Amino acid sequence: MKFTWFHLMPYRYLPEDFKDKYRSVWVDIPQNLYDPKIGHKLYNDYLDQLEFADQMGYDGLGINEHHQNAYGMMPSPNIMAAALARRTRNANIVVLGNSIALYNPPIRVAEEFAMLDVISGGRLVAGFPVGTSMDTNFCYGEIPATLREKYYEAHDLIIKAWKEQEMFSFNGKYTKLRYVNLWPKPIQKPHPPIWIPGGGSVETWDFCARNDYNYSFLSYFGYIAGKKVADGYWDVMAKMGKPLNPYSMGFAQVVAVSETDEQAEKDYSAHMDYFYNRCLHVYDGFADAPGYRTVKTIKAGILGQVGDQAALRREGLKWKDFIDQGYVIAGSPKTVRERLREAMKSLNCGHLMMLMQLGSMPPELVTKSTELFARECMPYLRDLWSDHEDKWSAKPMPVSERAIPAPVDFELKVTKHTNGHARPNGTNAETRSAK
Amino acid sequence: MKTTKQLLNGKFSIEMWEFGSGDPLLFVHGAGGFFGVDPFLEELGKTHKVYAPHFPGYGESTGSEHIDDVIDAALFYHELMDELKIPTANIVGHSMGGMLAAEIAALDNSRAKKLVLVAPAGFWLDEYPIPDLFAAKLDEVAPLMFHDPKSPMAQAFGAIPTDFKALETMYVERVKRFSTASKFLWPIPDRGLKKRAYRIKSPTLVLWGASDKLIPPVYAKEFTKRIAGAKEQQIAEAGHMLPYEQHDAFCKAVNAFLKG
Repeated sequence: MKFTWFHLMPYRYLPEDFKDKYRSVWVDIPQNLYDPKIGHKLYNDYLDQLEFADQMGYDGLGINEHHQNAYGMMPSPNIMAAALARRTRNANIVVLGNSIALYNPPIRVAEEFAMLDVISGGRLVAGFPVGTSMDTNFCYGEIPATLREKYYEAHDLIIKAWKEQEMFSFNGKYTKLRYVNLWPKPIQKPHPPIWIPGGGSVETWDFCARNDYNYSFLSYFGYIAGKKVADGYWDVMAKMGKPLNPYSMGFAQVVAVSETDEQAEKDYSAHMDYFYNRCLHVYDGFADAPGYRTVKTIKAGILGQVGDQAALRREGLKWKDFIDQGYVIAGSPKTVRERLREAMKSLNCGHLMMLMQLGSMPPELVTKSTELFARECMPYLRDLWSDHEDKWSAKPMPVSERAIPAPVDFELKVTKHTNGHARPNGTNAETRSAK
Repeated sequence: MKTTKQLLNGKFSIEMWEFGSGDPLLFVHGAGGFFGVDPFLEELGKTHKVYAPHFPGYGESTGSEHIDDVIDAALFYHELMDELKIPTANIVGHSMGGMLAAEIAALDNSRAKKLVLVAPAGFWLDEYPIPDLFAAKLDEVAPLMFHDPKSPMAQAFGAIPTDFKALETMYVERVKRFSTASKFLWPIPDRGLKKRAYRIKSPTLVLWGASDKLIPPVYAKEFTKRIAGAKEQQIAEAGHMLPYEQHDAFCKAVNAFLKG
C-alpha cells in the first residue's frame, strides 16, 4: 500500500449560514467572504502540514487545481508544488493535476512539470485531469462540447514534447506550434508517472487503460459508494486484457484518526459537517454543463460529485451515517486501519489518497491525525499488495546525488536603508576606513 | 411532413419538417430545437413551402461532430439549400437560429431573398448581460423564456417529468442539443457577427418579443444599425419564445413582411 497525503486547501472560515445565504461555494461565491490575510495564514499552515506529512513517511503529497472555489484554493497547484519541491525531501509530489485543456499553449504544462521534476530530483507525479465542469466550462469558459477533444490533443502534445529528443512541429486543431523544443526536460524518463484523476467518466477508464496510466478516482462519497466506479474501471481493464494491478488505481478517502472512536467524533464531527455542508454546497446549474459529461457516462448512471443529486444523498446525514456509509473512515487507530484494509481490498486499490485536513479542521488536529496514522496505522497496512509492483510512483534520483537546499536563516544579514543602499551589518565603511 | 436528407455522402443525415407549397422558406431553429408541436411552421406553410430542418445534433439529425463554429454551421445550411434546390430562399431564424440565419446571409449574400431574425443571438452588451441559460435549472427556464410564465404553454414547457425514464430522456436530449449550441453560444454568444453583418444585402426584419427576458429587445438596435435597411418590429406580450407565445401575431408579422 502507498499513502498520499492529499490537501484540498479549503477556506476554513465560511460563515455559519453560508448554505442558506449563498447558492454556491464555487464559480460565483461572493468575493467579500475571502480575507487575504486569513488566506496568508492558511496557505502557510497548509504547506506546513504537507511538509509534516513528508517527515511522517507518507509516500506522496497530493495537491490539485480548482478555480473560484472556497474549498480548493489552488488555482495553480504548481506554485504549491514548487514550494514543496524545496522544503520536502522524501515524498512524491503528486500534482493531481493540471487541467491541460485550459493552458494555451498546453506546452506550458510540459515545461512547468519538467521544472518541478528537475527541482525535486525526480519526485513528480504528473496528473492530467479533464477538470470539473465548474472549473473548465464556467470559470475558464471552455466550450463543453469540445473540452475532451482539446484535452486529448493537449495530452498528445505534452507527452510528445517529453519523449521526443529533437525539435518538432505540432499541427493540432487547437494548438499549432512551429517549434516544440522542450527545455528543460524532466529527470524521469521518458516522463514522470501519469495519473488521471476522474470523477467517474467512463471515457477516462478507457483512456487510462489504453495508456497504462493510474486512474485516480476522486470521490467524496467514500469507498462504499466508490465501489461501483472502481468496478467499472477494473471491468474495462479486464476487457482490454490489462493486469489488474492495484497500484494502477488511486482512491481518495476522508480519513481521521484519534485516540478512540468516541474522541474521533468529538474531534472531527463539526469539521466533517463543515466540509460536506458548506464546502460541497455547489449550485446545481454549475455541476454539469451540457456536453461536459458524455451521453455514455450519463446513461451509465454515475452520480456527479456535486450538485442537487449529490446533496440530496447527503441530506440529514450525521456522524454515524457518514461512518456507516463509508464517506469517512475515522476512529481509533485500530478502527481506521481495519476499515481501510477492508476498503482498499474491496476496491483493489494500491494508492490511497488521504484527505486528512478537511473543511474547518485546525492545524493541531491535522497534526494529531497525521501523526497517529503514520505511527499506528501505516505500518499495519504496508504489507497489503506487497506482491504487486508499483509502476506508478516517481523514480527519483538517488538521495546521494540530489542537491540539498541550503539551510535558511531568516535573520536579516544586512541593514536596509531607506535610500535604497544596503550595507553589510557591522562592517560600516567608515569604521573600516578608520582602522 | 417529416423527411430525411443525406448530405455529402452521409456526412450529415438531416431530419426535416416540410409544410405547404409556394415560395421557399427556410426556418432555422434556436438552441432548444423543435418541440414536436410547433404550430407556427404549419401556419407559415399555408403561404410558403416551409423547410424546417433539425440542425445536426438535434432530433434525428447527425453530423454535429463536423461542425465546430458558426462558419461551419452557415456552410452546412448553404449545402442543405443546394441539396434542396433552393439556392435562394426566405430565411427565418429564431434565437440561436437568428444568429445562424444572419451568418448564412452574411457569408453568401445571395442566399436570403428576405431575412427574418426573431430575437436573434449574436451580440453581447456589457450593460445588458444575457442570462446564462446553460447554468439555469429546469424550473428557472420558463420564467426566462415567456412573457407569462404562468400560462399553460409556459407551464408545459417547464414541466419536469416525474417518470425516471422520461426524465433521463429529457436530460439526454438537453445535453445533445445544448452541447451543440455551446459551440456558438458558450460562454458568451458573440462569434464575430459584428464584423460580417454589413454583408447582408437582403431586406431584413428584426422581430422581437417586447418582454423578452433572455435577450432583451435593446439588442435589436445592434442588428438594425449594422444591416442596411433592416426594420425593427416588436410584438406585445411576448417573451423570447414569441413564435409560440404569440403565434398569430408572429405569423402575421412574418407573412406581411415576406409578402410586401
